[in-house]
Amino acid sequence: MGRWLLKGVAGITLLYILLPLIFVTWLSFYRQEIPSFPPEGYSFRWYEAILDNDRMVDGLLLSLQLGVLATAIGLALGVPAALCIARFRFPGREMLNNLLLLPLVVPGVVLGTAIYIFHVETEIATGLPIIGSLLGLVTAHILIVIPWTVRLVTASLAGFDRTLEEAAMNLGANRWITFRRVTLPGILPGVVAGAMFGFVVSFGNLEMSLFLVGPGRTTLPIAILQYLEWKIDPTIAAVSVVQIALIAGAMLLTDRFVKVSRVV
Amino acid sequence: MARLELNGLTKRYGDFYAARNVTLDVAQGEFVVLLGPSGCGKTTTLRMIAGFVEPSEGSVSIGGQRIDRMPPWKRNIGLVFQSYALFPHLTVAQNVAFGLEMRKLPKAEIASRVHEALQLVRLEHLGDRLQRQLSGGQQQRVALARALVFHPDVLLLDEPLSNLDAKLRQEVRVEIRKLQKSLNLTTVMVTHDQEEALTMADRLVVMNEGEVRQVGTQRELYEHPADSFVAGFVGRSSFLDGSLETAERFRSRGGLEIRCRGEETGPAVLSLRPERLTVASANQDGLDNSFPGEVEFVSYLGGLIDIHVRLSGQDLVIAQIPNREDGFQPNVGERVHVGWTAGAASVFAGQGPRDQEM
Repeated sequence: MGRWLLKGVAGITLLYILLPLIFVTWLSFYRQEIPSFPPEGYSFRWYEAILDNDRMVDGLLLSLQLGVLATAIGLALGVPAALCIARFRFPGREMLNNLLLLPLVVPGVVLGTAIYIFHVETEIATGLPIIGSLLGLVTAHILIVIPWTVRLVTASLAGFDRTLEEAAMNLGANRWITFRRVTLPGILPGVVAGAMFGFVVSFGNLEMSLFLVGPGRTTLPIAILQYLEWKIDPTIAAVSVVQIALIAGAMLLTDRFVKVSRVV
Repeated sequence: MARLELNGLTKRYGDFYAARNVTLDVAQGEFVVLLGPSGCGKTTTLRMIAGFVEPSEGSVSIGGQRIDRMPPWKRNIGLVFQSYALFPHLTVAQNVAFGLEMRKLPKAEIASRVHEALQLVRLEHLGDRLQRQLSGGQQQRVALARALVFHPDVLLLDEPLSNLDAKLRQEVRVEIRKLQKSLNLTTVMVTHDQEEALTMADRLVVMNEGEVRQVGTQRELYEHPADSFVAGFVGRSSFLDGSLETAERFRSRGGLEIRCRGEETGPAVLSLRPERLTVASANQDGLDNSFPGEVEFVSYLGGLIDIHVRLSGQDLVIAQIPNREDGFQPNVGERVHVGWTAGAASVFAGQGPRDQEM
């Protein structure tokens, strides 16, 4: 009896989570322009419409580029930071740890505003073209990627047996080779998971990016928002499905190498 | 391979000495065991040799060359970790090859030496396995092969048998010892298991509270312990507190007058090996010492029987007698006479180790 209740609740929760996905996917195949029930028929025309929409395609490309860059740099900064926090005891360690997780807590709008003001001030002070630049966008996205890489890498370092590093050094490996050949493979699940979550967070970010994009440089979430301002045809649904498929694909791919459920 | 010398090796953490003035000379091909309770400094000493702990003072030399300021990866020392520390993402063969790759040997030579090393530990058929597919004993042998394959100057073993079950441990002891002899390896092992130490070592180093208490062969440590700690740690002893009235006469706290061979007079502790005591139903006139007492406890160990006899309010001794059909076997509560010769006891100045057995 109790088991059926549990399964029932779990089923309802799952349905609750999946329902929007199901409807969006369904909607994306409607033939008619105005989403009304019942559908008049099914077609792929809205998927074709994405390809004809330059803003969507450019947005997708920019978001991919941004996600990859921010994740790569976020990892390059996050892994050493995690190593430092996990390995050394120094004054201000706890504060540094919290500081690195802070971007998770600050609302995107606040973060976006603050960074935008910072960009404006810096541009005035230095004369460098920072406002609305790709560099400005990437650095901001690194900020929201870092908490994920730091957190997940720290978690996997906690379960890493350090005598393995001693064994490597005893066998003749210096610190760098030890890291590359022993430590990194050991914490790979955390690194991969951190990269994946970082990418997803960057790829889906809307609020912060709104303040930082420039003319002719729009991320996919912003392109979707802008499109919605004057049209509500199922193109949006089709774009969403593409976006969901991309992220799901990334998750499945990483899960093949690293059991995501073990890290998160 | 070469001679290993430790000279005044000390590790200090603030006011605490993890190891203090450890001086030891291990000859080429010698098997030395560092023995002591946990926290005695044996592991710290081993880690200073390996290079994971930087000594506060003193030196470590191999073949006359000082290595104590070298990083671990330049020392050419083989180390078998207590947990084996096999790399979980590499196969057995890759694990063994690691040290050779670090030494930038050609691929063909690495392959043949890995095979050779695995043959040495009889695991050549498991080269493709991962650590998690191996039993504890197999992992231990892989760790040994990995430590030997690059021909280290010195082999260090950090409690290498503590994670094996009792039966396997017996076999592996013999196996490691044979291997060490046939390769003529200068070896230092750390253990807290005295039986393991006694069966494997050429020489033992007994440590306590960071300091070396005695260095010697099994026989030297057992027959002539340097102090009451060694007497209690290597083999078993019963301790009687009291004082030496003359060099030949010890008076226990319980008032027993014991004939012995001591040196200086004053407060002292007398230690007795259980198997040097004889137990009889009547006074043992032939022996230097014979005291009546009451049997408090008997433990039956199969071939041997332990008999705890109270000789006075403060004096309790354990006698170990062979389990023979025709032998005298007292029961709890029985009055017996315990005897021993003057030479059977060791006498140390000062207090006895109260935390030891009895």
